[in-house]
Amino acid sequence: MASSAAMAAPAASARQTDGVYTDTAVRLFALAAVLWGVVGMLVGVIIAAQLTWPQLNFGIPWLSYGRLRPLHTNAVIFAFGGSVLFATAYHVVQRTCQTRLFMPGLALFTFWAWQIVIVAAAISLPLGLTQGKEYAELEWPIDLLIAVVWVSYAIVFFGTIGTRKVRHIYVANWFFGAFIIAVALLHIVNSVAIPASLTKSYSAYAGVQDAMIQWWYGHNAVGFFLTAGFLGIMYYYIPKQAGRPVYSYRLSIVHFWALIFTYMWAGPHHLHYTALPDWAQSVGMVFSLVLLAPSWGGMINGIMTLSGAWHKLRDDPILKFLIVSLSFYGMSTFEGPMMSIKTVNALSHYTDWTVGHVHSGALGWVGLISMGALYYLIPRLFGRNTMYSVKAIELHFWIATIGIVLYIAAMWIAGVMQGLMWRAVNPDGTLVYTFVESVKATFPYYVVRLLGGLLYLSGMLIMAWNVVMTVRSGKVAHAPIPVVAVAHA
Amino acid sequence: MDSLYLLIPLSVALVLAILAIFGWALHGGQFEDLESEAERILTDEVGPLDSGQAPEQRQREQSRGSN
Repeated sequence: MASSAAMAAPAASARQTDGVYTDTAVRLFALAAVLWGVVGMLVGVIIAAQLTWPQLNFGIPWLSYGRLRPLHTNAVIFAFGGSVLFATAYHVVQRTCQTRLFMPGLALFTFWAWQIVIVAAAISLPLGLTQGKEYAELEWPIDLLIAVVWVSYAIVFFGTIGTRKVRHIYVANWFFGAFIIAVALLHIVNSVAIPASLTKSYSAYAGVQDAMIQWWYGHNAVGFFLTAGFLGIMYYYIPKQAGRPVYSYRLSIVHFWALIFTYMWAGPHHLHYTALPDWAQSVGMVFSLVLLAPSWGGMINGIMTLSGAWHKLRDDPILKFLIVSLSFYGMSTFEGPMMSIKTVNALSHYTDWTVGHVHSGALGWVGLISMGALYYLIPRLFGRNTMYSVKAIELHFWIATIGIVLYIAAMWIAGVMQGLMWRAVNPDGTLVYTFVESVKATFPYYVVRLLGGLLYLSGMLIMAWNVVMTVRSGKVAHAPIPVVAVAHA
Repeated sequence: MDSLYLLIPLSVALVLAILAIFGWALHGGQFEDLESEAERILTDEVGPLDSGQAPEQRQREQSRGSN
Protein backbone atom coordinates (compact mmCIF):
# COMPACT_ATOMS: atom_id res chain seq x y z
CA MET A 1 0.00 0.00 0.00
CA ALA A 2 1.15 3.50 -0.78
CA SER A 3 2.36 5.58 2.15
CA SER A 4 0.90 8.99 2.83
CA ALA A 5 4.10 10.61 1.51
CA ALA A 6 3.68 8.80 -1.77
CA MET A 7 0.11 10.02 -1.90
CA ALA A 8 1.11 13.63 -1.30
CA ALA A 9 3.84 13.74 -3.93
CA PRO A 10 3.27 12.95 -7.60
CA ALA A 11 3.97 9.25 -7.49
CA ALA A 12 5.53 7.02 -10.13
CA SER A 13 2.88 5.87 -12.54
CA ALA A 14 3.08 2.18 -11.62
CA ARG A 15 2.65 3.01 -7.98
CA GLN A 16 -0.17 5.42 -8.67
CA THR A 17 -2.14 2.87 -10.65
CA ASP A 18 -1.81 0.59 -7.69
CA GLY A 19 -3.51 3.11 -5.47
CA VAL A 20 -6.46 4.32 -7.50
CA TYR A 21 -10.10 3.35 -7.49
CA THR A 22 -11.28 1.19 -10.41
CA ASP A 23 -13.79 3.47 -12.08
CA THR A 24 -14.01 2.19 -15.66
CA ALA A 25 -17.31 0.42 -15.05
CA VAL A 26 -18.60 3.45 -13.12
CA ARG A 27 -17.72 5.72 -16.05
CA LEU A 28 -19.35 3.45 -18.65
CA PHE A 29 -22.52 2.96 -16.63
CA ALA A 30 -22.81 6.70 -15.90
CA LEU A 31 -22.62 7.57 -19.61
CA ALA A 32 -24.95 4.70 -20.55
CA ALA A 33 -27.47 5.98 -17.99
CA VAL A 34 -27.65 9.35 -19.78
CA LEU A 35 -28.09 7.68 -23.18
CA TRP A 36 -30.81 5.28 -21.98
CA GLY A 37 -32.49 8.09 -20.05
CA VAL A 38 -32.94 10.01 -23.30
CA VAL A 39 -34.16 6.91 -25.18
CA GLY A 40 -36.54 5.71 -22.44
CA MET A 41 -38.08 9.15 -21.89
CA LEU A 42 -38.44 9.66 -25.66
CA VAL A 43 -40.43 6.41 -25.91
CA GLY A 44 -42.51 7.65 -22.96
CA VAL A 45 -43.32 10.87 -24.81
CA ILE A 46 -44.24 8.89 -27.94
CA ILE A 47 -46.71 6.68 -26.08
CA ALA A 48 -48.15 9.68 -24.22
CA ALA A 49 -48.80 11.19 -27.66
CA GLN A 50 -50.36 7.91 -28.84
CA LEU A 51 -52.78 7.93 -25.90
CA THR A 52 -53.78 11.46 -26.89
CA TRP A 53 -53.94 10.81 -30.65
CA PRO A 54 -54.21 7.04 -31.31
CA GLN A 55 -53.60 7.59 -35.05
CA LEU A 56 -49.91 7.96 -34.12
CA ASN A 57 -49.73 4.15 -34.11
CA PHE A 58 -49.64 4.56 -37.93
CA GLY A 59 -51.16 1.07 -38.10
CA ILE A 60 -47.69 -0.45 -37.64
CA PRO A 61 -47.81 -3.33 -35.12
CA TRP A 62 -44.36 -2.77 -33.64
CA LEU A 63 -45.13 0.91 -33.05
CA SER A 64 -48.39 0.13 -31.26
CA TYR A 65 -48.96 1.33 -27.71
CA GLY A 66 -49.15 -2.19 -26.28
CA ARG A 67 -45.63 -2.98 -27.45
CA LEU A 68 -44.00 0.40 -26.87
CA ARG A 69 -45.35 0.77 -23.34
CA PRO A 70 -43.26 -2.13 -21.92
CA LEU A 71 -40.33 -0.80 -23.95
CA HIS A 72 -40.73 2.55 -22.15
CA THR A 73 -41.00 1.01 -18.67
CA ASN A 74 -38.09 -1.37 -19.24
CA ALA A 75 -35.93 1.39 -20.71
CA VAL A 76 -36.47 3.90 -17.93
CA ILE A 77 -36.46 1.44 -15.02
CA PHE A 78 -33.84 -1.12 -16.00
CA ALA A 79 -31.75 0.66 -18.64
CA PHE A 80 -31.69 4.18 -17.15
CA GLY A 81 -32.35 3.39 -13.47
CA GLY A 82 -30.32 0.18 -13.62
CA SER A 83 -27.29 1.89 -15.13
CA VAL A 84 -27.48 4.62 -12.48
CA LEU A 85 -27.61 1.98 -9.74
CA PHE A 86 -24.66 0.02 -11.15
CA ALA A 87 -22.59 3.21 -11.55
CA THR A 88 -23.35 4.60 -8.10
CA ALA A 89 -23.07 1.28 -6.24
CA TYR A 90 -19.64 0.61 -7.80
CA HIS A 91 -18.59 4.19 -6.99
CA VAL A 92 -19.94 4.34 -3.44
CA VAL A 93 -18.80 0.89 -2.32
CA GLN A 94 -15.18 1.67 -3.27
CA ARG A 95 -15.13 5.08 -1.55
CA THR A 96 -16.84 3.96 1.63
CA CYS A 97 -14.75 0.77 1.89
CA GLN A 98 -11.61 2.68 0.80
CA THR A 99 -10.58 -0.13 -1.49
CA ARG A 100 -10.73 -1.06 -5.17
CA LEU A 101 -13.53 -3.05 -6.75
CA PHE A 102 -13.37 -6.78 -6.16
CA MET A 103 -12.86 -8.41 -9.60
CA PRO A 104 -12.97 -5.29 -11.83
CA GLY A 105 -13.13 -7.54 -14.90
CA LEU A 106 -16.41 -8.97 -13.68
CA ALA A 107 -17.69 -5.43 -13.15
CA LEU A 108 -16.91 -4.70 -16.82
CA PHE A 109 -18.71 -7.92 -17.74
CA THR A 110 -21.82 -6.67 -15.90
CA PHE A 111 -21.67 -3.51 -18.02
CA TRP A 112 -21.49 -5.19 -21.42
CA ALA A 113 -23.92 -7.98 -20.51
CA TRP A 114 -26.40 -5.42 -19.16
CA GLN A 115 -26.17 -3.51 -22.45
CA ILE A 116 -26.92 -6.77 -24.30
CA VAL A 117 -30.00 -7.24 -22.08
CA ILE A 118 -31.13 -3.71 -22.92
CA VAL A 119 -30.62 -4.12 -26.67
CA ALA A 120 -32.36 -7.53 -26.60
CA ALA A 121 -35.30 -5.88 -24.81
CA ALA A 122 -35.38 -3.04 -27.34
CA ILE A 123 -35.64 -5.59 -30.17
CA SER A 124 -37.89 -8.25 -28.63
CA LEU A 125 -40.54 -6.00 -27.05
CA PRO A 126 -41.55 -4.15 -30.26
CA LEU A 127 -41.66 -7.57 -31.98
CA GLY A 128 -44.34 -8.48 -29.47
CA LEU A 129 -42.29 -11.14 -27.64
CA THR A 130 -43.41 -10.91 -24.02
CA GLN A 131 -44.17 -13.00 -20.96
CA GLY A 132 -47.04 -10.61 -20.28
CA LYS A 133 -45.91 -9.84 -16.73
CA GLU A 134 -45.69 -6.15 -15.92
CA TYR A 135 -42.07 -5.00 -15.42
CA ALA A 136 -41.00 -8.62 -16.12
CA GLU A 137 -41.98 -8.84 -19.78
CA LEU A 138 -38.68 -10.11 -21.14
CA GLU A 139 -38.63 -13.68 -22.44
CA TRP A 140 -36.76 -16.48 -20.75
CA PRO A 141 -33.36 -16.33 -22.57
CA ILE A 142 -33.04 -12.64 -21.57
CA ASP A 143 -34.23 -13.49 -18.05
CA LEU A 144 -31.39 -16.00 -17.76
CA LEU A 145 -28.84 -13.40 -18.85
CA ILE A 146 -30.28 -10.93 -16.30
CA ALA A 147 -29.80 -13.57 -13.58
CA VAL A 148 -26.15 -14.07 -14.62
CA VAL A 149 -25.50 -10.30 -14.62
CA TRP A 150 -27.15 -9.95 -11.25
CA VAL A 151 -25.12 -12.70 -9.62
CA SER A 152 -21.94 -11.11 -11.04
CA TYR A 153 -23.07 -7.73 -9.68
CA ALA A 154 -23.55 -9.34 -6.25
CA ILE A 155 -20.08 -10.97 -6.40
CA VAL A 156 -18.40 -7.65 -7.25
CA PHE A 157 -20.37 -5.66 -4.67
CA PHE A 158 -20.16 -8.07 -1.73
CA GLY A 159 -16.59 -9.00 -2.66
CA THR A 160 -15.66 -5.33 -2.33
CA ILE A 161 -17.44 -5.17 1.04
CA GLY A 162 -15.55 -8.30 2.09
CA THR A 163 -12.17 -6.76 1.19
CA ARG A 164 -12.92 -3.37 2.76
CA LYS A 165 -10.21 -1.41 4.56
CA VAL A 166 -12.51 0.16 7.14
CA ARG A 167 -14.39 -1.96 9.63
CA HIS A 168 -17.67 -0.07 9.49
CA ILE A 169 -20.02 -0.68 6.56
CA TYR A 170 -21.52 2.70 5.61
CA VAL A 171 -25.33 2.83 5.57
CA ALA A 172 -25.52 3.40 1.79
CA ASN A 173 -23.93 -0.01 1.29
CA TRP A 174 -26.62 -1.67 3.39
CA PHE A 175 -29.25 -0.19 1.09
CA PHE A 176 -27.36 -1.20 -2.07
CA GLY A 177 -26.75 -4.69 -0.64
CA ALA A 178 -30.42 -5.24 0.26
CA PHE A 179 -31.43 -4.01 -3.19
CA ILE A 180 -29.07 -6.45 -4.94
CA ILE A 181 -30.14 -9.49 -2.88
CA ALA A 182 -33.86 -8.70 -3.00
CA VAL A 183 -33.90 -8.10 -6.76
CA ALA A 184 -32.09 -11.40 -7.36
CA LEU A 185 -34.71 -13.24 -5.29
CA LEU A 186 -37.68 -11.44 -6.86
CA HIS A 187 -36.44 -11.88 -10.40
CA ILE A 188 -35.73 -15.58 -10.01
CA VAL A 189 -39.01 -16.49 -8.26
CA ASN A 190 -41.22 -14.42 -10.59
CA SER A 191 -39.52 -15.46 -13.83
CA VAL A 192 -39.80 -19.23 -13.36
CA ALA A 193 -41.30 -20.40 -16.63
CA ILE A 194 -41.56 -23.41 -18.90
CA PRO A 195 -40.01 -22.61 -22.32
CA ALA A 196 -42.07 -23.68 -25.33
CA SER A 197 -39.58 -22.29 -27.85
CA LEU A 198 -36.71 -19.81 -27.90
CA THR A 199 -39.14 -16.88 -27.94
CA LYS A 200 -42.12 -18.24 -26.01
CA SER A 201 -42.56 -19.54 -22.48
CA TYR A 202 -45.36 -20.12 -20.01
CA SER A 203 -45.25 -18.95 -16.40
CA ALA A 204 -44.91 -21.71 -13.81
CA TYR A 205 -47.88 -20.16 -11.98
CA ALA A 206 -51.45 -19.71 -13.21
CA GLY A 207 -54.44 -17.47 -12.58
CA VAL A 208 -54.62 -15.68 -9.23
CA GLN A 209 -51.49 -17.55 -8.08
CA ASP A 210 -49.61 -15.92 -10.92
CA ALA A 211 -51.14 -12.54 -10.07
CA MET A 212 -50.02 -12.85 -6.43
CA ILE A 213 -46.44 -13.83 -7.39
CA GLN A 214 -46.39 -11.11 -10.06
CA TRP A 215 -47.38 -8.32 -7.64
CA TRP A 216 -45.20 -9.66 -4.88
CA TYR A 217 -42.47 -9.15 -7.48
CA GLY A 218 -43.92 -5.95 -8.91
CA HIS A 219 -44.28 -4.02 -5.69
CA ASN A 220 -40.99 -5.22 -4.26
CA ALA A 221 -39.32 -4.18 -7.50
CA VAL A 222 -40.60 -0.70 -6.63
CA GLY A 223 -39.50 -1.16 -3.03
CA PHE A 224 -36.04 -2.52 -3.65
CA PHE A 225 -35.05 -1.51 -7.19
CA LEU A 226 -36.62 1.96 -7.22
CA THR A 227 -36.47 2.74 -3.49
CA ALA A 228 -33.75 0.92 -1.54
CA GLY A 229 -31.15 1.30 -4.29
CA PHE A 230 -31.86 4.99 -4.73
CA LEU A 231 -31.87 5.51 -0.96
CA GLY A 232 -28.31 4.20 -1.07
CA ILE A 233 -27.60 6.97 -3.57
CA MET A 234 -29.34 9.48 -1.31
CA TYR A 235 -27.32 8.56 1.79
CA TYR A 236 -24.01 9.02 0.00
CA TYR A 237 -24.44 11.82 -2.52
CA ILE A 238 -26.50 14.24 -0.42
CA PRO A 239 -23.91 14.37 2.40
CA LYS A 240 -21.10 14.58 -0.17
CA GLN A 241 -22.68 17.36 -2.20
CA ALA A 242 -23.75 19.27 0.92
CA GLY A 243 -20.30 18.77 2.49
CA ARG A 244 -21.82 17.68 5.81
CA PRO A 245 -22.71 14.33 7.38
CA VAL A 246 -26.23 12.96 7.22
CA TYR A 247 -28.59 14.65 9.74
CA SER A 248 -28.89 11.58 11.96
CA TYR A 249 -26.79 8.55 11.18
CA ARG A 250 -28.65 6.67 13.91
CA LEU A 251 -31.97 7.37 12.17
CA SER A 252 -30.53 6.18 8.85
CA ILE A 253 -29.83 2.79 10.42
CA VAL A 254 -33.32 2.57 11.94
CA HIS A 255 -34.66 3.63 8.51
CA PHE A 256 -32.84 0.79 6.80
CA TRP A 257 -33.89 -2.05 9.10
CA ALA A 258 -37.48 -0.82 9.44
CA LEU A 259 -37.84 -0.50 5.66
CA ILE A 260 -36.52 -3.93 4.76
CA PHE A 261 -38.45 -5.67 7.55
CA THR A 262 -41.78 -4.25 6.38
CA TYR A 263 -41.54 -3.99 2.60
CA MET A 264 -42.04 -7.58 1.48
CA TRP A 265 -45.82 -7.78 2.08
CA ALA A 266 -47.12 -4.60 0.46
CA GLY A 267 -47.69 -6.28 -2.94
CA PRO A 268 -51.32 -7.45 -2.50
CA HIS A 269 -52.51 -3.81 -2.57
CA HIS A 270 -52.20 -4.12 -6.37
CA LEU A 271 -54.93 -6.81 -6.26
CA HIS A 272 -57.69 -5.14 -4.18
CA TYR A 273 -61.19 -6.40 -5.07
CA THR A 274 -59.84 -9.26 -7.18
CA ALA A 275 -59.97 -13.04 -6.72
CA LEU A 276 -57.16 -12.74 -4.15
CA PRO A 277 -58.51 -13.70 -0.67
CA ASP A 278 -59.74 -10.70 1.34
CA TRP A 279 -57.36 -11.34 4.21
CA ALA A 280 -54.34 -11.20 1.85
CA GLN A 281 -55.62 -7.89 0.45
CA SER A 282 -55.97 -6.52 4.00
CA VAL A 283 -52.47 -7.69 4.94
CA GLY A 284 -51.15 -5.85 1.89
CA MET A 285 -53.00 -2.69 2.92
CA VAL A 286 -51.78 -2.79 6.54
CA PHE A 287 -48.15 -3.31 5.53
CA SER A 288 -48.43 -0.49 3.00
CA LEU A 289 -49.71 1.86 5.72
CA VAL A 290 -46.90 0.82 8.08
CA LEU A 291 -44.38 1.71 5.37
CA LEU A 292 -45.24 5.38 5.71
CA ALA A 293 -43.20 5.58 8.93
CA PRO A 294 -39.77 4.40 7.69
CA SER A 295 -40.27 6.19 4.37
CA TRP A 296 -40.87 9.54 5.99
CA GLY A 297 -38.10 8.93 8.53
CA GLY A 298 -35.69 8.58 5.64
CA MET A 299 -37.04 11.56 3.76
CA ILE A 300 -36.79 13.85 6.80
CA ASN A 301 -33.30 12.55 7.52
CA GLY A 302 -32.15 13.36 3.98
CA ILE A 303 -33.69 16.82 3.83
CA MET A 304 -32.54 17.78 7.35
CA THR A 305 -28.96 17.04 6.30
CA LEU A 306 -29.09 20.59 4.96
CA SER A 307 -30.24 21.89 8.37
CA GLY A 308 -28.22 25.00 9.15
CA ALA A 309 -26.93 25.19 5.57
CA TRP A 310 -30.11 25.91 3.65
CA HIS A 311 -28.36 28.65 1.69
CA LYS A 312 -26.51 25.94 -0.25
CA LEU A 313 -29.84 25.01 -1.82
CA ARG A 314 -30.05 28.47 -3.38
CA ASP A 315 -26.69 28.35 -5.15
CA ASP A 316 -26.18 24.69 -5.93
CA PRO A 317 -28.41 23.18 -8.65
CA ILE A 318 -27.13 19.65 -7.91
CA LEU A 319 -28.40 19.95 -4.34
CA LYS A 320 -31.72 21.19 -5.73
CA PHE A 321 -32.02 17.96 -7.70
CA LEU A 322 -31.13 15.83 -4.69
CA ILE A 323 -33.31 17.59 -2.12
CA VAL A 324 -36.37 18.12 -4.34
CA SER A 325 -36.19 14.43 -5.26
CA LEU A 326 -36.69 13.69 -1.56
CA SER A 327 -39.74 15.92 -1.39
CA PHE A 328 -41.25 13.91 -4.26
CA TYR A 329 -40.24 10.74 -2.41
CA GLY A 330 -42.14 12.02 0.62
CA MET A 331 -45.16 12.89 -1.52
CA SER A 332 -45.37 9.56 -3.29
CA THR A 333 -44.71 7.52 -0.13
CA PHE A 334 -47.62 9.37 1.49
CA GLU A 335 -49.85 8.98 -1.55
CA GLY A 336 -49.01 5.26 -1.95
CA PRO A 337 -50.20 4.14 1.50
CA MET A 338 -53.34 6.28 1.08
CA MET A 339 -54.09 4.62 -2.27
CA SER A 340 -53.56 1.19 -0.70
CA ILE A 341 -56.56 1.79 1.63
CA LYS A 342 -59.29 -0.33 0.08
CA THR A 343 -61.96 2.39 0.02
CA VAL A 344 -59.58 4.86 -1.66
CA ASN A 345 -58.41 2.14 -4.03
CA ALA A 346 -62.01 1.46 -5.08
CA LEU A 347 -61.91 4.93 -6.63
CA SER A 348 -58.31 5.12 -7.80
CA HIS A 349 -57.66 1.63 -9.17
CA TYR A 350 -57.42 1.30 -12.98
CA THR A 351 -57.54 5.11 -13.37
CA ASP A 352 -54.78 7.51 -14.42
CA TRP A 353 -54.33 8.45 -10.76
CA THR A 354 -52.17 5.33 -10.49
CA VAL A 355 -50.14 6.49 -13.50
CA GLY A 356 -49.70 9.89 -11.85
CA HIS A 357 -48.63 8.26 -8.57
CA VAL A 358 -46.05 6.10 -10.30
CA HIS A 359 -44.64 9.08 -12.17
CA SER A 360 -44.41 11.29 -9.10
CA GLY A 361 -42.13 8.57 -7.75
CA ALA A 362 -40.42 7.82 -11.06
CA LEU A 363 -39.87 11.32 -12.46
CA GLY A 364 -39.71 13.11 -9.11
CA TRP A 365 -37.83 10.73 -6.86
CA VAL A 366 -35.88 8.25 -9.01
CA GLY A 367 -35.31 10.60 -11.95
CA LEU A 368 -34.21 13.69 -10.02
CA ILE A 369 -31.96 11.86 -7.57
CA SER A 370 -30.35 9.97 -10.47
CA MET A 371 -29.68 13.18 -12.34
CA GLY A 372 -28.28 14.83 -9.20
CA ALA A 373 -25.96 11.87 -8.58
CA LEU A 374 -24.84 11.81 -12.24
CA TYR A 375 -24.12 15.56 -12.16
CA TYR A 376 -21.97 14.89 -9.09
CA LEU A 377 -20.24 11.86 -10.60
CA ILE A 378 -19.55 12.69 -14.24
CA PRO A 379 -17.25 15.71 -13.82
CA ARG A 380 -15.23 13.83 -11.18
CA LEU A 381 -14.88 10.80 -13.44
CA PHE A 382 -13.52 13.02 -16.20
CA GLY A 383 -11.11 15.11 -14.17
CA ARG A 384 -13.16 18.29 -13.88
CA ASN A 385 -14.40 20.23 -10.87
CA THR A 386 -17.86 20.86 -12.29
CA MET A 387 -20.00 20.08 -15.29
CA TYR A 388 -19.28 22.00 -18.51
CA SER A 389 -22.23 24.30 -17.79
CA VAL A 390 -23.59 24.81 -14.27
CA LYS A 391 -26.28 27.13 -15.67
CA ALA A 392 -27.54 24.25 -17.82
CA ILE A 393 -27.95 22.12 -14.66
CA GLU A 394 -30.08 24.88 -13.16
CA LEU A 395 -32.14 25.10 -16.35
CA HIS A 396 -32.56 21.33 -16.42
CA PHE A 397 -33.77 21.38 -12.83
CA TRP A 398 -36.51 23.93 -13.45
CA ILE A 399 -37.69 22.40 -16.73
CA ALA A 400 -37.84 18.93 -15.16
CA THR A 401 -39.66 20.17 -12.06
CA ILE A 402 -42.30 22.06 -14.06
CA GLY A 403 -42.69 18.98 -16.27
CA ILE A 404 -43.31 16.73 -13.26
CA VAL A 405 -45.86 19.10 -11.74
CA LEU A 406 -47.80 19.31 -15.02
CA TYR A 407 -47.66 15.54 -15.41
CA ILE A 408 -48.85 14.55 -11.95
CA ALA A 409 -51.45 17.31 -11.60
CA ALA A 410 -53.01 16.31 -14.94
CA MET A 411 -53.10 12.66 -13.92
CA TRP A 412 -54.59 13.40 -10.49
CA ILE A 413 -57.48 15.30 -12.04
CA ALA A 414 -57.93 12.78 -14.84
CA GLY A 415 -57.79 9.84 -12.43
CA VAL A 416 -60.30 11.15 -9.89
CA MET A 417 -62.59 12.23 -12.74
CA GLN A 418 -62.42 8.77 -14.36
CA GLY A 419 -63.06 7.05 -11.03
CA LEU A 420 -66.11 9.22 -10.34
CA MET A 421 -67.49 8.80 -13.87
CA TRP A 422 -67.10 5.00 -13.81
CA ARG A 423 -68.91 4.61 -10.50
CA ALA A 424 -71.74 7.10 -11.20
CA VAL A 425 -75.08 5.27 -11.34
CA ASN A 426 -78.60 6.45 -12.19
CA PRO A 427 -81.43 5.87 -9.69
CA ASP A 428 -82.48 2.84 -11.76
CA GLY A 429 -79.03 1.31 -11.33
CA THR A 430 -77.71 1.88 -14.86
CA LEU A 431 -74.37 3.61 -15.46
CA VAL A 432 -74.50 7.37 -16.04
CA TYR A 433 -71.49 7.36 -18.39
CA THR A 434 -70.26 4.98 -21.04
CA PHE A 435 -66.54 4.15 -20.86
CA VAL A 436 -65.77 6.08 -24.01
CA GLU A 437 -67.25 9.23 -22.47
CA SER A 438 -64.62 9.02 -19.73
CA VAL A 439 -61.94 8.59 -22.42
CA LYS A 440 -63.16 11.70 -24.25
CA ALA A 441 -63.26 13.68 -21.00
CA THR A 442 -59.63 12.71 -20.33
CA PHE A 443 -58.34 14.17 -23.61
CA PRO A 444 -57.28 17.64 -22.30
CA TYR A 445 -55.41 16.03 -19.39
CA TYR A 446 -53.57 13.74 -21.79
CA VAL A 447 -52.44 16.84 -23.69
CA VAL A 448 -51.15 18.42 -20.46
CA ARG A 449 -49.42 15.15 -19.51
CA LEU A 450 -47.75 15.03 -22.92
CA LEU A 451 -46.54 18.59 -22.39
CA GLY A 452 -45.14 17.64 -18.97
CA GLY A 453 -43.37 14.65 -20.49
CA LEU A 454 -41.95 16.77 -23.30
CA LEU A 455 -40.53 19.23 -20.75
CA TYR A 456 -38.99 16.39 -18.76
CA LEU A 457 -37.44 14.93 -21.94
CA SER A 458 -36.11 18.38 -22.91
CA GLY A 459 -34.36 18.59 -19.56
CA MET A 460 -32.77 15.22 -20.21
CA LEU A 461 -31.58 16.41 -23.63
CA ILE A 462 -29.97 19.44 -22.00
CA MET A 463 -28.26 17.03 -19.61
CA ALA A 464 -27.04 14.87 -22.50
CA TRP A 465 -25.53 17.92 -24.22
CA ASN A 466 -23.91 19.03 -20.96
CA VAL A 467 -22.46 15.55 -20.40
CA VAL A 468 -21.04 15.37 -23.94
CA MET A 469 -19.38 18.78 -23.51
CA THR A 470 -18.04 17.79 -20.07
CA VAL A 471 -16.55 14.55 -21.37
CA ARG A 472 -15.06 16.27 -24.43
CA SER A 473 -13.40 18.99 -22.37
CA GLY A 474 -12.22 16.60 -19.65
CA LYS A 475 -10.05 13.52 -19.59
CA VAL A 476 -10.37 10.21 -17.80
CA ALA A 477 -9.34 10.83 -14.20
CA HIS A 478 -7.96 8.25 -11.80
CA ALA A 479 -9.00 8.96 -8.23
CA PRO A 480 -6.34 7.92 -5.69
CA ILE A 481 -7.40 5.95 -2.63
CA PRO A 482 -6.63 7.91 0.53
CA VAL A 483 -4.68 6.07 3.18
CA VAL A 484 -6.95 4.85 5.94
CA ALA A 485 -6.40 7.17 8.89
CA VAL A 486 -7.11 4.73 11.70
CA ALA A 487 -5.98 1.12 11.58
CA HIS A 488 -9.00 -1.08 11.09
CA ALA A 489 -9.50 -4.75 10.45
CA MET B 1 -53.94 -19.90 -2.69
CA ASP B 2 -51.07 -22.26 -3.35
CA SER B 3 -48.69 -19.43 -4.18
CA LEU B 4 -48.90 -18.23 -0.58
CA TYR B 5 -47.36 -21.55 0.48
CA LEU B 6 -44.29 -20.35 -1.43
CA LEU B 7 -44.37 -16.65 -0.57
CA ILE B 8 -45.08 -16.90 3.16
CA PRO B 9 -42.26 -19.37 4.00
CA LEU B 10 -39.98 -17.32 1.74
CA SER B 11 -40.85 -14.14 3.64
CA VAL B 12 -40.43 -15.82 7.02
CA ALA B 13 -37.04 -17.21 5.98
CA LEU B 14 -36.07 -13.76 4.75
CA VAL B 15 -37.10 -12.08 8.00
CA LEU B 16 -35.07 -14.65 9.95
CA ALA B 17 -32.09 -14.00 7.67
CA ILE B 18 -32.50 -10.25 8.14
CA LEU B 19 -32.66 -10.78 11.93
CA ALA B 20 -29.47 -12.86 11.81
CA ILE B 21 -27.64 -10.21 9.79
CA PHE B 22 -28.93 -7.50 12.12
CA GLY B 23 -27.66 -9.52 15.08
CA TRP B 24 -24.27 -9.90 13.44
CA ALA B 25 -24.12 -6.16 12.74
CA LEU B 26 -25.18 -5.28 16.27
CA HIS B 27 -22.78 -7.63 18.07
CA GLY B 28 -20.01 -7.18 15.53
CA GLY B 29 -19.72 -3.52 16.54
CA GLN B 30 -21.12 -2.00 13.37
CA PHE B 31 -23.18 0.51 15.37
CA GLU B 32 -20.61 1.50 17.99
CA ASP B 33 -19.31 4.87 16.86
CA LEU B 34 -21.94 6.23 14.52
CA GLU B 35 -21.06 9.92 14.53
CA SER B 36 -17.50 9.51 13.27
CA GLU B 37 -18.66 6.98 10.65
CA ALA B 38 -21.12 9.57 9.32
CA GLU B 39 -18.22 12.06 9.03
CA ARG B 40 -15.81 9.63 7.41
CA ILE B 41 -17.37 9.68 3.94
CA LEU B 42 -16.55 13.38 3.63
CA THR B 43 -12.84 12.54 3.50
CA ASP B 44 -12.84 9.39 1.39
CA GLU B 45 -11.49 10.97 -1.76
CA VAL B 46 -8.64 13.18 -2.88
CA GLY B 47 -9.84 13.60 -6.44
CA PRO B 48 -11.10 16.70 -8.27
CA LEU B 49 -13.03 18.83 -5.84
CA ASP B 50 -15.59 21.57 -5.90
CA SER B 51 -16.45 24.36 -3.51
CA GLY B 52 -18.82 22.12 -1.57
CA GLN B 53 -16.04 20.19 0.10
CA ALA B 54 -13.75 20.61 3.05
CA PRO B 55 -10.97 23.22 2.58
CA GLU B 56 -8.22 21.01 4.04
CA GLN B 57 -9.03 18.49 1.33
CA ARG B 58 -8.67 21.10 -1.37
CA GLN B 59 -5.27 22.11 0.03
CA ARG B 60 -4.17 18.52 -0.09
CA GLU B 61 -5.38 18.35 -3.66
CA GLN B 62 -3.44 21.49 -4.58
CA SER B 63 -0.26 20.24 -2.91
CA ARG B 64 -0.44 17.16 -5.12
CA GLY B 65 0.16 19.48 -8.03
CA SER B 66 -1.23 19.03 -11.49
CA ASN B 67 0.82 15.93 -12.41
